[in-house]
Amino acid sequence: MLLEVNGLCVNYGRIEAIRDISFTVDEGEIVTLIGANGAGKTTTMKTVSGLRPVRAGSIMFNGKDITHTPSHERPVLGISQSPEGRGCFVGMTVMENLEMGTYARPDRKTKAVKDDLARVFELFPRLKERSNQAAGSMSGGEQQMLAMGRALMAKPKLLLLDEPSMGLAPKLIQQIFDIVTEINSQGTTVLLVEQNAAQALKRSHRAYILETGEIVREGTGKELAADPAVKAAYLGGDV
Amino acid sequence: MSTSTGTAASTKQRRLGFKERVNNLPRAVKILLWVVFAVFLFMLPLLNIPFITTEGSDFGGVLFTVATYVLVALGLNIVVGYAGLLDLGYVGFYAIGAYTVGVLSAEHAKLSWVVVVPIAIVVAMVSGVVLGAPTLRVRGDYLAIVTLGFGEIVRLTLVNSEWLGASRGISDIPKPPGVELFEVPSIDWSSGAPVVDLDTTSTFLKFGITDFVPYYWLALGVIALVLLFDILVKSSRVGRAWEATREDEDAAELMGVPTFRFKLLAFALGAAIGGLSGALFATKAGFINPQSFELLLSILFIAAVVVGGAGNRWGVIVGAIVVAYFPERFREFADFRVLVFGLALMLLAIFRPQGLLPPRRTVRAKRADARQAVLEEGEASA
Amino acid sequence: MQNLIDNFFSYTITGLTIGAVYALVALGYTLVYGVLRLINFAHSEVFMYGTFGALWVVMLLGGKPGGSVGQVIFWVVMMFVAAMAMSGLIAVILERVAYRPLRKRNAPPLIALISAIGASFVLAELMGLRSRVAGWVGLDDTLREYVRNSRNNAGLPSIISPQPIFSVGGYNVTNVDLIVIIGAIAIMVVLDQFVKRSRLGRGIRAVAMDPEAAALMGVNRDRVIQVTFLVGGVMAGAAAVFYMLKIGITRYDAGFILGVKAFTAAVLGGIGNLRGALLGGFILGLAENYGSAVVGSQWKDVVAFVLLVLILLVRPTGLLGESLGKARA
Repeated sequence: MLLEVNGLCVNYGRIEAIRDISFTVDEGEIVTLIGANGAGKTTTMKTVSGLRPVRAGSIMFNGKDITHTPSHERPVLGISQSPEGRGCFVGMTVMENLEMGTYARPDRKTKAVKDDLARVFELFPRLKERSNQAAGSMSGGEQQMLAMGRALMAKPKLLLLDEPSMGLAPKLIQQIFDIVTEINSQGTTVLLVEQNAAQALKRSHRAYILETGEIVREGTGKELAADPAVKAAYLGGDV
Repeated sequence: MSTSTGTAASTKQRRLGFKERVNNLPRAVKILLWVVFAVFLFMLPLLNIPFITTEGSDFGGVLFTVATYVLVALGLNIVVGYAGLLDLGYVGFYAIGAYTVGVLSAEHAKLSWVVVVPIAIVVAMVSGVVLGAPTLRVRGDYLAIVTLGFGEIVRLTLVNSEWLGASRGISDIPKPPGVELFEVPSIDWSSGAPVVDLDTTSTFLKFGITDFVPYYWLALGVIALVLLFDILVKSSRVGRAWEATREDEDAAELMGVPTFRFKLLAFALGAAIGGLSGALFATKAGFINPQSFELLLSILFIAAVVVGGAGNRWGVIVGAIVVAYFPERFREFADFRVLVFGLALMLLAIFRPQGLLPPRRTVRAKRADARQAVLEEGEASA
Repeated sequence: MQNLIDNFFSYTITGLTIGAVYALVALGYTLVYGVLRLINFAHSEVFMYGTFGALWVVMLLGGKPGGSVGQVIFWVVMMFVAAMAMSGLIAVILERVAYRPLRKRNAPPLIALISAIGASFVLAELMGLRSRVAGWVGLDDTLREYVRNSRNNAGLPSIISPQPIFSVGGYNVTNVDLIVIIGAIAIMVVLDQFVKRSRLGRGIRAVAMDPEAAALMGVNRDRVIQVTFLVGGVMAGAAAVFYMLKIGITRYDAGFILGVKAFTAAVLGGIGNLRGALLGGFILGLAENYGSAVVGSQWKDVVAFVLLVLILLVRPTGLLGESLGKARA
């Protein structure tokens, strides 16, 4: 078990954002959290990467209790997150952003970094073309790619992707999910948060459904995609 | 029947806070309590209560200083606490009020005090509008430095302008017309127990040069008026517009609140009260020069507001008393006054970050903020 | 006006030297503002301690007028070491004592300003009461030369006598002028490269742009903040040396007005923007010198503030905008 979340509760002030949720991610999997607005998906992600304090419950990563590990120590352990929305350093160039990804790597001065950079450029050729451009001057899709590429530069064991398809054109969404599958097949475990349930379920090994801060269903991607209740609530007509 | 409800109420009251208990009192009792409190405040300089009374300096004068700080804090609270505008140059308005009185009643004209003070208020208010109209559009942190600059410009203009008396200042500012109605005796504690001392009296209302108590009475009266004004404005539509602007300017603008106009109004009202305080100061001192309007004073004013709890009028009054009174009371540590004051500010910031009396809204706003945070996370994943 | 035209170069050189001091102090404000969104009100005291560091080390080494070239170089180098160490140390302590506890408690921003004002009073008063402070630890005799007349001006022995090196438009540019201007520019270049290229410098920029994303990259925010205060302090220390070489006199309250000016410079250039701080410093130095030539030196500070207000009206985020910061509208 690479990631094991147990009975997690997170509050904002007095308001409970997530209540007693438990889920696991196995090595080599793509696992998706699906849910509507305000269901607590992003909060869950931020808690796994340490940006939100835990009120109750535990997070185990790679056999180690990281419930209260400071966020900046988690990349060293092998957790890397591509944040939702505009998580790029807009004042830096694309290259500088990618180099920020290696900030916490102990081997950041070795050739390994160069190899990873080549791999990221292979996945996202656009980033190579624009490597000297300021991140803030790129389109939303390109910034999304940059955020993913930057997270990959940390050489994570577990990659957290928060809404990679947000605000993108349908064609681009397809492309992003292809890349997620590709990253996973190269050996990186992925925890995905998505609103685009149709695509996400198709691509993931397993999925959990979050509603108002609680997990209401879980199963393999196929099972959930076939479930009539899930279909009605999350897949609508756009399958 | 009345007894039974009385006991029921009193058992319930034990669990209520001080505030609720006061609120639950019958109206007549409340009014009586207020009157007693007001009389106590008016008598304070004559009661000579041991320990509270400052040994080294005239207690009436100290109380007057405290009262001007309270007035300033009430005015600045409108700007900083209600409208959320950080004004580091408030001393500028204070100086404008004082100098208007000086110029019109001593230096260049001989107008009467009764005429001059309203003019001082208007001049300060106009200067607030003149400063605010171009600068209130800049962001908060910039406003801080612009106002800081304004305070300095005012002071340097005073120093450099011969017409305003330059560094020697303006002297012989006339006293307000007094009505000598009756004498109030003071109380002497030297024998250990309070004894009425008929030899040391203050005349109501004789504005002399040795007895500062009448000035304190005047300031108290002005504070009462300003407080009344403050309560009325805060609970009106204007007060709610300020709150909306402070919490989220963009949202307020979208809801149709002309935020700029309300900010300007807050700035102008704050300036007017600052000018009024300055006018009172000039009246009592009889002599003003630029040294009375150092930048440091602005910092102390801000400290008074924030120490007490910006946004809560009772809080800022407490803050003003703390900032003005304690350095006077502990004059025996004269050399260490500023040092101790600095340490106190740091400790306060760590242990009472909302101020001594936080405004009620912080609790409410906190809850709203939390709800907002949850919503934003949700929105972001839309 | 004629005065300005006649002595244009004189005012320019003076403006540049004092502008260099403003610029270096402004860097401290701008760096801290960038990572914390906070006006470090006590930064002026960090500068003031630097002036004393520079002064004391010269006293300790027996610096006096008429030393050999080797001696003078040694004294000046030691001034830098002492002032930078002193200011850097004070800045780091300041962050630890006055700001970090508030951050841990999520205090509102306004209260950080109060803490900063408090810290500023404490630091200035400790210097103003240094003879008493020395007395508490029983060192008043040993340190008599250093702590006497705590409330009065303390002057630096003129270890470098101003010598004209060359002359522009009738104004003799002195060795002191050259040391200040060239030295300041050199230090700014080093800082610029540090922030742009070094790992910690990038950490500073990352935290300034997006603290959460920076944490996701493994940037330790507390450490970055500490480094930021240290760097700002060291810059203020360098400014203090230049100030002492040029002005030569300091006092326990010497920081206040200079701090206000430097902060003005930072805002002028666009707070949070390093190059803006440099530009703002030099422009402010030049403008107030030119302005005082035209309307009289007693109006110097008024010129500075009027300029600030005018620029903010035209460009509400300063001349260069907030580039180190974020596009978080």
